[in-house]
Amino acid sequence: MALTGGGSGARPGGRTFTFTRFRYETVVALAGLAVIWQIASLFVPHFLFPSIPEIAARLLDIFTSWKSIVDTLATSARILAGLGGAFVLGTILAMPMARSAAFERYVYPLLNFNQGIPALSWVVIAIIWFRGIEFRIFFIMVMTTLPAFTFQVLDAYRAMSKDLFEMTLAFRPSRLDLFRVLVWPTVLPGILTAWKVNLGNASRVVVVAELVGATGGVGYELLQQQQVFDMAGAIAWTLVLVIFVLIVQGVITLIENRALRYRAVAEHTL
Amino acid sequence: MTAEILFERVNKTFARPDGGAPYEAIHDLSFAVGRGELVAVLGKTGCGKSTTFNLISGLIRPSHGRVLVQGHDPYVDFAWFRGKIGIVFQNDRLMPWRTAIDNVALGLELNRLPKPARLDIAASWLKRLGLGGHEHDYPHALSGGMRQRVSIARAFAGKPDILLCDEPFSALDEHTGQALRQEFRDLLRQTGATSIFITHSIDEALWLGERLLVFARPARIAYETALRPDMSAAERDAIRDRIRGVLAGEGAGVDR
Repeated sequence: MALTGGGSGARPGGRTFTFTRFRYETVVALAGLAVIWQIASLFVPHFLFPSIPEIAARLLDIFTSWKSIVDTLATSARILAGLGGAFVLGTILAMPMARSAAFERYVYPLLNFNQGIPALSWVVIAIIWFRGIEFRIFFIMVMTTLPAFTFQVLDAYRAMSKDLFEMTLAFRPSRLDLFRVLVWPTVLPGILTAWKVNLGNASRVVVVAELVGATGGVGYELLQQQQVFDMAGAIAWTLVLVIFVLIVQGVITLIENRALRYRAVAEHTL
Repeated sequence: MTAEILFERVNKTFARPDGGAPYEAIHDLSFAVGRGELVAVLGKTGCGKSTTFNLISGLIRPSHGRVLVQGHDPYVDFAWFRGKIGIVFQNDRLMPWRTAIDNVALGLELNRLPKPARLDIAASWLKRLGLGGHEHDYPHALSGGMRQRVSIARAFAGKPDILLCDEPFSALDEHTGQALRQEFRDLLRQTGATSIFITHSIDEALWLGERLLVFARPARIAYETALRPDMSAAERDAIRDRIRGVLAGEGAGVDR
C-alpha cells in the first residue's frame, strides 16, 4: 500500500520516500520495544510484565469476540462523534471570530478559560448535569477538544492571503463560491492538522469518560481489567485504542496527501 | 465618445491603524476613459495608482465623489460586474491548489460556464500564451514568467469589457518582461477591451498606451497627453522629458 497522493499533473516527489522511511523506522522501533518488553517479562513478575505472546493472545480474543468488537466500535464512534461535534462548533465559533474583533474579544477569554479545565472536571460536571451516558461522553469530548479546533480553524482562516482574496473578489463570486474556491482550500491544511492533533487528545479523554460513566467501550473494559488485575488484558485494550488512532491518522494522511498534493516538496530537508 | 470609466471629483482617505490623521490617497480626481481606449497611468510609488485601480474594480468605495463604470457604481452594484472586469496584478496571484488550467478557468467557473467549455477556453488561452503542455502543472512548478502568463490568460479568458493591469511586468526580469510586453500589447489590441495600464516605467507607458495620465501625490492628474502610434522619436522624447519634469517637480505642486 502506498500512502502517496500523486494525482495527475502533480510534481511533488519525495512523498513515497518519506513514507518508506517512516514504515521502516516504525517497524524497527516497535519491534525493539517488543523485544525489551519480552526480555523484561522473563525477569519481572508475570502480573506486572506479561509476555508478548500472552498479550497477542488477548488481542486476538478481542478481535474475535463480537462483544469486544462492539466495545471497540462504540469507543471509535464516540471519538469520531466528539471530534465531529467539536469541529463543527469550533468552525461556527471561529468564522465570526475572524470577522468580528468585538466577538473575538468576548469568546477568546472563554475558550482560554475552558482550556484550563481538566478533562476529569468535565467528567464530573457531565455526570451531574446529564443523565444519558452517550450524551455525557459526547459533551465531555466536545468541551475538551473545542478550544483547539476553534483556535486552529481561526488561525487557518486568518492565514488566508489578502492578495488571493482581492483577486477572487474581482471575479464577483457569490458567498458560497468564495467559500468553495478560496476559503475552504485555504483552511483545509489547518483543519487536517487540527484533526490529527485532536485525535490523540480525544482518544485519551474518551477513555477517562468511559471509565466513570459507560457500560461498554475501551475505557469500560480497561476498568474491568484493573479490577481483576489483568495486565495483559489492560495492554491489549490499550493497543486496540492505539490501533484505532493509527488507522484514523493514516486515513487523514491519505486525505492530506491527496488534497494537498499541490504543495512543492523540497528535495532536501532541514 | 461614451465614458466607460468615469471619475468625478473623487477623494479617498484611509484611517490609520494607530488612530492618527487619515491618509489621503486620492485628492479630487476626475477623468474619463472611453470605450475601447487604452490608457496608461504613470506615477511614483504611493501616488494612489493602486487605490484608483481598486476603486475601478469596486474593491473599495470613494470617500467623496463618484466612480462609475459602464454607468454603474462598481462597489454598490458589485455582482452586476461579474464577468465584465478582468485584472492582471503585479504579482501573479495564482491559487497554489489549482493547476494552471484551473487557475485560468476560475473566472469562467464563477461565471457559471459549463466545465467542458471553460476548460476548452482556458486550454486555448494557455496555448496562445505559449503554455501548451503545462495545463496540469501547479503554480510552484512554473517559473515567474510562466505564472504571470497564466495570470494574463486568466484575465483575458472571460472576454472582459474592461481590463485593469497593475504593473504586470514589474516583478519579471527584463528579458521575460520585454517578451511578454509585446504579446500583451497585441492581445490588448485584438480584444478591444477598455484598458487601464498602471506602470512605473515611462517607456512602457509610451509604448503601450493610447493616452497617458501622470499622477501626482495624492492621486490627481498632473499631466495628460494622447499618444499616437505614428509619433516620431523626437515627439516621444519630448513627452518623455515632460513626464520626467512633472514627476521630478511633483512635490512642488505641478498642475495639469
